[in-house]
Amino acid sequence: MSGHPSYQPQSAFMRWMERRLPIGGLIYSSFVAYPTPRNLNYWWTFGGILAFMLGAQIVTGVILAMHYTPHVDYAFDSVEQIMRDVNYGWLLRYLHSNGASMFFLAAYIHLFRGMYYGSYKEPREVLWILGVILLLLMIMTGFMGYVLPWGQMSFWAATVITNLFSAIPLVGDSIVTWLWGGFAVGNPTLNRFYSLHYLLPFVITGVVVLHIWALHVAGQNNPAGVEPKNEQDTVAFTPYATIKDSFLLAVFCIMFAWFVFYIPNFLGHPDNYIPANPAVTPTHIVPEWYYLPFYAILRAIPNKLLGVMALGASILILAFMPWLDTSRVRSARYRPAYRQFFWAFVIVCVGLGWLGSKPPEGNYVLFARIFTVYYFAFFLVILPVLGKIEKTKPLPKSISESVLREGEPIGAPAPPPAGAKV
Amino acid sequence: MTTMSSAEPTRRDFLYIATASVAGIGAAAVLVPLITQMNPDASTIAAGAPIEVDLSPIADGQVIKVFWRGKPIYVNHRTKKQIEEAQNVDVAKLPDPQPDSARVKPGHDQWQVLIGICTHLGCIPIAHQGPYDGYFCPCHGSVYDTSGRIRQGPAPLNLALPPYEFLSDTKIKIG
Repeated sequence: MSGHPSYQPQSAFMRWMERRLPIGGLIYSSFVAYPTPRNLNYWWTFGGILAFMLGAQIVTGVILAMHYTPHVDYAFDSVEQIMRDVNYGWLLRYLHSNGASMFFLAAYIHLFRGMYYGSYKEPREVLWILGVILLLLMIMTGFMGYVLPWGQMSFWAATVITNLFSAIPLVGDSIVTWLWGGFAVGNPTLNRFYSLHYLLPFVITGVVVLHIWALHVAGQNNPAGVEPKNEQDTVAFTPYATIKDSFLLAVFCIMFAWFVFYIPNFLGHPDNYIPANPAVTPTHIVPEWYYLPFYAILRAIPNKLLGVMALGASILILAFMPWLDTSRVRSARYRPAYRQFFWAFVIVCVGLGWLGSKPPEGNYVLFARIFTVYYFAFFLVILPVLGKIEKTKPLPKSISESVLREGEPIGAPAPPPAGAKV
Repeated sequence: MTTMSSAEPTRRDFLYIATASVAGIGAAAVLVPLITQMNPDASTIAAGAPIEVDLSPIADGQVIKVFWRGKPIYVNHRTKKQIEEAQNVDVAKLPDPQPDSARVKPGHDQWQVLIGICTHLGCIPIAHQGPYDGYFCPCHGSVYDTSGRIRQGPAPLNLALPPYEFLSDTKIKIG
């Protein structure tokens, strides 16, 4: 990320600036001349989409904070006031609430892309772990934001999630009281969640800077999973990556806008339009869709402490992927068996999400248990064992070879791994 | 020969360690108020003072809900049938074994007072629901009997009992 030698300031001002704060050179070397593998597909555009969503959430969130009142007696009404009275308040709130869903959608696609193409492997372990930390921060931020409207779902989400800590032996109850600032979820809880919900996005921004820094040190992975060897293997970030990123961002925003303008409450729950009532729990409480797989894992285990531990482990285990996967081949393109297990894993995650939205009874619990076993077996059994016994396909000698092949022109359709093209 | 063994501590090493120790203790001391401020404040604790509940208007079989320290407290005026069901249980087979007599005050079998918060993850169980006509938690399906003991589902413990005492036959003080 240091100044690129080829950066030539065009104006006298930028020449003056470059000797004092070389920000022009930094931008040039990071986002213009930065070499990207020439074979990146559209699955690589979600990093840019995530950066956009983070910015969008911060902008809409800071504006909503100007109209919101973090008090148990006023929070619900102030949100309704945003919806009815504040100029364009309905738009800003729907952008923010649906934006959270879009943010998670992009993050999960980004995560699965990394798993498919082995982006977590040496030398990108730290880059990967920073990503897992970002996911954890996103989960915390999203949860606290959901509490702020102080509807029934907000209140009971706050109650259930903070009670997860009561499973900790000995100190659990003291920790829960400390989190609440009272003997139950109440005004002190709402106030601190508001404070932290405002703080955490900036912590996320800081970790994103580290994430991008680590990315620029190790360089991007690519669909072939072999490192760029010479100039033929890479193209400049601008225009190639910027155009590709911009195109999919535009497509993504069309979908985002469709949710905001046509089905803004599709991903929410009607119960959250009932003001919080500490005396009555809604008959069917479920978290937002992006937490459902973890929620299903929690409920699949018939023991409180073990259920909570499994919930935490299901996220933290991602951080150990670089060491659990023993295969030296990165991309699933050249790992035929891993590819099958990967897609089974995706189906299991989506299935857990569906099961998490169902009441915890009968066959739903049974399937949630089977899927939970597969979820953990994928990391703890399949990844370590498969790397030792799988017969992988021969790797291309270079990225350009994998794209150009035998005398065929650039741009000829590469053998698509399931769904590599959008 | 004047060789200095690196293993030999010097005055300078002592100064480094002493400085770091003072800074470490200072940082830890600063953390105390930063962390403790999140515990319940004085007004929250004051609002958690004991409350009195008049039992005379509660009919046979009726359950009322009162709030103490922000927690719902169920006061259940149990019928003869409910009391018998609660007492005639093989205690050893329960997930959290406890006889009914340990969950009511002696001589007040018909009055059951408990904290209406599921011991799983804190939802409010619904009274007169579930296979035991006790309490049923809608969140994750925990079932409690008429004594508030866990019978089915993910909750690990029986419903907790608040501290309370009988001031007279028709009045209790919770807290």
